[in-house]
Amino acid sequence: MILAPNAGIASKLFLVAVAAPPPVHGQLAHLTPLDVSVIAIYFAMVLFIGFYLRQASNTGEQFFLAGREMTAWIAGLSFVSANMGSLELMGWAGSAYQYGILATHWYWIGAIPAMLFLGLVMMPFYYVSKTHSVPGYLKLRFGESSRIVAAFSFAIEMILMSGVNMFSMAVVMKVVLGWNITFSILMSSLAVAVYVGLGGLRSAIYNEVLQFVLIWAGALLVPILGLVEAGGWHKMVAKIASNYRGQDYVHLWRDTGHFSANPMGVHWTGIVFGLGFVISFGYWTTDFLVVQRVLAARNLRAAQMAPIIGSFFKMAVPFIVILPGLLGLVVLKNPNGTLLHLVGQNQVSALHPHSFNEVLPLMMVRYLGPGLLGLGITALMAGFMSGMAGNVSAFATVWTYDIYQPLIRKRATDSHYVAVGRWATVLGVVVSIGAAYLVMHAAGIMDYVQALFSFFIAPLLGAILMGMFWKRATAAGGFWGLLLGILSSVSLFVWVRLDPSALSIVAISPDAKSMAENLYRALWSFLISIAITVVVSMFTQPRPVAELDGLVYGVTKLPFQEPVPWYHNQWFWAAIVVVVFAGLNILFW
Amino acid sequence: MRSVRMPRNIPIWFFVGVLLTIYGALIGGHGVYAWVTHERSVVVLSNLHAAVWWGGMILILGLIYCAKFFPRRQQ
Repeated sequence: MILAPNAGIASKLFLVAVAAPPPVHGQLAHLTPLDVSVIAIYFAMVLFIGFYLRQASNTGEQFFLAGREMTAWIAGLSFVSANMGSLELMGWAGSAYQYGILATHWYWIGAIPAMLFLGLVMMPFYYVSKTHSVPGYLKLRFGESSRIVAAFSFAIEMILMSGVNMFSMAVVMKVVLGWNITFSILMSSLAVAVYVGLGGLRSAIYNEVLQFVLIWAGALLVPILGLVEAGGWHKMVAKIASNYRGQDYVHLWRDTGHFSANPMGVHWTGIVFGLGFVISFGYWTTDFLVVQRVLAARNLRAAQMAPIIGSFFKMAVPFIVILPGLLGLVVLKNPNGTLLHLVGQNQVSALHPHSFNEVLPLMMVRYLGPGLLGLGITALMAGFMSGMAGNVSAFATVWTYDIYQPLIRKRATDSHYVAVGRWATVLGVVVSIGAAYLVMHAAGIMDYVQALFSFFIAPLLGAILMGMFWKRATAAGGFWGLLLGILSSVSLFVWVRLDPSALSIVAISPDAKSMAENLYRALWSFLISIAITVVVSMFTQPRPVAELDGLVYGVTKLPFQEPVPWYHNQWFWAAIVVVVFAGLNILFW
Repeated sequence: MRSVRMPRNIPIWFFVGVLLTIYGALIGGHGVYAWVTHERSVVVLSNLHAAVWWGGMILILGLIYCAKFFPRRQQ
C-alpha cells in the first residue's frame, strides 16, 4: 500500500503520531499462545505461496504482470487491497474518532467516481497500449523525458513509502504488543522479500487477496460487537450528540457549506473538486501501484470489470474503519466508567494516555478474546505487509522497465530482466529497511515523504488526461506540464510551511484549516499542469495522428468485445455502483 | 510408484479456504472449550461467545472454498 492521497491526510497524521515519543501506557494487548499460532500460520502461508508461485514466474510477463491471467475478481480485490493497508485502517479509524463521519468522504466520493472512470474510460488505453507501467504509457505518448520524470518520482516515493510502512507497522506492534522494533522490521521485510522475490506480482496479488479476506475476517467483528454494545446506530448517534455537544460527527454533507461549520474545517468545493476529482482521479487512475493490478487482468473486459468490482468493496470499507472510530466516541471507557477521551499524539499524558490513532487497537482489545485478537492483529500485519509488497513489486517493475532498460541496458534477454526484477525486489526491501531506520531517527522526514507523493499525483493526472484525451498535446507540452505542475505543488507546500497564513489564500478562505491544504494544493497544481500543457502544445509540433493509435481517445481502434449477457456487462454494474453510491450519500447526508 | 507433483494451478481461493478452515477450527474450537469450561474472559460482551459463532462461520466459509476450489492433482 502506498499512502494514497485517498487516505493521505489521515495517514499523515498517523505517521506523525507514530513517530512521536512512545506512549505513557504499557502495551495494549497480551497475546495468548493461540493468538501467536494464528499469526505464525499466516506467515507460513504467505511464504508457502511465494515458493509455490516461483514455478509460474519465469518470464517478464509472468513476474511483472502475473502473466496477465488474473480474473476480474482477483484483479479487483487486489486493486482495492493494495490500497487498503493497515496504516489507512488505523489512521482513518483515528480520523473518524477525531472528525466523525466526514472521514468517509475519502472512501466514497474520494474513490468511487475515479474507480469507475478508470474501468470504463481509461483501462482500454492502458490495456491496448500493452504498457508495463504508467511511466511506460507516458513514454509512448510523450517520449522519454516524461517517462524519466515519472519513473524516478515513482521509484523514490514507492521505496520511501515502503520504509515508512515498515517503520509504522513496527511502532504499532510495539505499542499494541510490546514487540521490539527491529524484530518487527526484519520479520516483515524478510517475508516480503521472499514471497515477492520468488513469485513476483502474482505472489503479491495472491497475498493481497488473502489479506483482503483476513482484514474482513479480523476486523468486521469489532463494529458488529460495538453496535451491540452501543445499542444500535441510532442510539450511538444520540450518545455522540449527548457526549459531544456542539459538534456534528454524523453528517457527510450537511455542514460542509462553511469551513467553520464542521469538525474537519473543509468546504464541499474542496471535497468535490479537490478530493473527488483531482486527488482521487490522480491516485486511482494513474498511481502505478493500483493500476498494475488491473493491468494483470486476463482480457480487456476483466480489466474494465476489476475496478468496478473493487468499488463495491471500497464502499463497504467504512463499516470496518469509520464505524469503529465513531463507536470509540461512545463505548471506550476508563476503568472508573467515565468516557475515555483520546487525544492528539502531542497531547498524550498520564491523564490522557491514548492517542486518536489507537482507537482501532483499543476496540480490538475491548472485544476480541483469544484467537480472535490474534486474527485481528494478523489482519493489521497482513495489511502492512501487503502495502510493503505492493510498493516493492511496483518499484521492481518501474526500476526494470522504466529506468534499467532504457538507461542502463537496452537490449537483453527476457530472463535477464526477470533476474533484474528479482534483485530489484531485494534491493527495494533493503532500501526500505534503510528508509525505515531513517524515519525512526528523523521523524520529521515523514511529513516530507508523504508530501512527496502529493506533489506528484495531481500534475501526473493532468499529464495523463491531456495525453489520453487531446491528440494535439505534444511531447514538450506533456513534459513541461508535468514538471511545472510538480514544481507549483512544491512551491505551494513550502509557502504554507513558511507562512501558515498563506493557507487562507491557497484555500481561498480565512477559515480553512490545515486539512484543506492538500485538497486545494492538488486542485491548483492540476490546473497549472493542464494550462502549461495546453500553452506549450500550441507552440510545438504534434505527432501525426496515425502514431497515436492505441494512445489517445478518438484515434484508437478499441478491440471488439463479444456481446455478453447484461449481468456480465461492465456498464450495468457501474450503473449499480452509481445508484448505491448516491443512496449512501443521501442516507448519511 | 508414480510421483505426485504439486498441482500447477492451485487457485488463490483454495489457499483462502485452507487458511479460513484452520482459523475457524482453532478459534471456534477454543471458543467452545472456553464456553464449556466457563473460562474467565476479560473482554466486553464475552457472554455472546463471539469466538464460537464467528469461528464457526469462518470454518464453514473455509470448507466451502476448499471444496469449491479444490485443485486437480497432476500425476
